[in-house]
Amino acid sequence: MKKVINNPADVVEEMTEGIMLAHKNQFKKLENVNGIINRKLKDKVAIVTGGGSGHEPLFFGVVGQGLADGVAIGNVFAAPTPNTVQEVAQAVDAGKGVLFIYGNYAGDVLNFDMAAELLEFDNVETTTVRVTDDVVSAPVERKDERRGIAGDMFVIKVAGAAADKGLSLEEVTNVTQKANDHTFSIGVALSPGTIPDSGEPTFTLADDEIELGMGIHGEPGMERTKLLPADELTDQLMEKLLKESKVTTGDEVCVLVNGLGSTTLMELFIVNRRVGKILDEKGIGVHDMDVNNYCTTQEMGGFSISLLKVDEELKAYYDAPANAPYYKK
Amino acid sequence: MKTDAIVKTLNASQVKEMLLYVGEKVKESKPFLTKVDSEIGDGDHGIGMALGFSKAEENLKKQEFHTINDVFKTTGMSMVQSMGGASGVIFGTMFLGGVKKLEVKEKLDVTTLAGIFEKSLVAIKERGKANLGDKTMIDALEPAVNGLKESATTSDSLIEALKSAEVNAANGVENTKDYVAKFGRSKSLGERAIGHQDAGATSVWIIFRSMREWVGNHE
Repeated sequence: MKKVINNPADVVEEMTEGIMLAHKNQFKKLENVNGIINRKLKDKVAIVTGGGSGHEPLFFGVVGQGLADGVAIGNVFAAPTPNTVQEVAQAVDAGKGVLFIYGNYAGDVLNFDMAAELLEFDNVETTTVRVTDDVVSAPVERKDERRGIAGDMFVIKVAGAAADKGLSLEEVTNVTQKANDHTFSIGVALSPGTIPDSGEPTFTLADDEIELGMGIHGEPGMERTKLLPADELTDQLMEKLLKESKVTTGDEVCVLVNGLGSTTLMELFIVNRRVGKILDEKGIGVHDMDVNNYCTTQEMGGFSISLLKVDEELKAYYDAPANAPYYKK
Repeated sequence: MKTDAIVKTLNASQVKEMLLYVGEKVKESKPFLTKVDSEIGDGDHGIGMALGFSKAEENLKKQEFHTINDVFKTTGMSMVQSMGGASGVIFGTMFLGGVKKLEVKEKLDVTTLAGIFEKSLVAIKERGKANLGDKTMIDALEPAVNGLKESATTSDSLIEALKSAEVNAANGVENTKDYVAKFGRSKSLGERAIGHQDAGATSVWIIFRSMREWVGNHE
C-alpha cells in the first residue's frame, strides 16, 4: 500500500506536529507526553478521551467546546500510556473531576485504569465510561465486552454537553453511561487498512468479498459474503442492528453513517438514503442524521451505521452547541 | 567478574547489565515477534516490546544503580511509560510488580529472583484478569515462576533456576498453540486462533532465555 509518510516510526509524532500547526489557536500540546488539550478550558467536569492513533480524526478531532477537553494519543493502534492519560487529566482538571471516555479495548482499559490509580495520588477524581456500541462484537448478555467503534461520537457529544451544563461528575457520568447504553453500531468491511510500521494489511479479504460486522482493526464479524448492492447490504446491516438495539416503531433515533477510510461520501450518502427509508417504513423517528468519516482505520474500506436512541434528555444534549475541529453543532 | 564457578548472587549493576542484554535480545526478536503476532493479533507486539526495551536501555544507562529494586523499577516504568497498548502495562508490571513494597535488596539471589517474579505474576493477573489457559503471557510466566521457585528450594544456583524458568516458559509457549484466546484482539478469532502461539508468551520466554544466557556467559 502506498502511504505518504517519512520514517514509519515517526508517523504519530509528525502527525501531531501537523495537527498543532493546523489548530494552534484552539489546541495546546502538552510538553512531555503526546496529549492535546483545549486552550479554553471551563470551570466544569473535564472530559478526557483517547486511544491508539490511526483512526483520525478520532480522537483529537473532538477536542473542543461542548465535547472533550483533552486527548491522550497512543501509538498506531496502541492505547496511550498511563502517564500520557495522567498528564492530560491533570492539565484539564478544574477540580471538579475527570470523566474518561474511550472505546472498550483491553489495552485502553489497562492504561486508563492505571492512569486512574496514579491520579488518586494527585487527588484528581476520575470516573470511566467505556464505549461498547459494536453489537456484533459480543452477545447482549456480555454487553460489557462489546467493543467501541463510531458510537464514540454520540457518547462524547452527550458527555461534553452534560459537562458544559455544569452537572457534577456523578451526574455527567450517569448521563454518559445512559448515552452509551442507548448507542448501537454495526459495521461492514470491504478492504483492509495498513499498519504504517509493518506495511501489512490488518486483515485479508478477497476482491469480491465483504465481511459483515467486522471490527475496525479487522476483528472478525458475523459473516463473509460476496459484495452486495448498497440497498441490500444496508438492509442486512439494519435488520441486525434493529434486532440487537430493540429500537422499534415509535422510538426516535440519531443516525451516524461513518466511513472507515476509503469509502467515499457518495457511497455513504447512498447508504444513508436507505437507512432513512428503512427507519421511515418502520415508523422510527429520525431526530438527526450525520454522514461523515469520524472513526477510520487508515485506508480501510467500509462503513458503520450507529443509532443513538434518544429521549428528551439525550436530545437536548445532542443538540447543544459544540465546536471542535472535526465536529460542530 | 566472579570467583566461584556458580553464580549465586548478582549485584545491582550486574542485574542492570543482564536486563540490558535481555533488551538487546528482545529488540533482535522484533521481526519474529511481529510475525507471531500478525498471525492472530494486530502485529504490533514486536514493535511495542522493542520500543519498551529501547526506553529501558536509555533510562538504565543514564545512571548507576545500587539496589535491585531500582533496576527493576526503572525497567518497568520505562516500559509502562513508552509502549502503550496492553503490553505496556502488562510487561511493565512484570518488572514493576515484583519490587513494589519489596524491602531494599542490594543482591539478587535465587530466592529473591523467584520472589520478585512471583509477585509480578500476581500483580499481572490482578490487572489483566487473565489466568492459565487464556492464551496470554501468563501461560509462559506462571510455569516460569514455578520453575524459579522449585529450583530455589533445591539449589542456590541462579543459572539452574533460570534454565528451569526458560524450559517451563518454552513449554508454556507451546501450550498456547492449543488454546482459544480470551483476551485481546485474537479473542474474536475463536477456534481460528488454535495452532498459533501467543506473542506475549513468546516474549516471556525470550526474556527468561536471555537472562539465562547472560548468567551463563558470566560463569
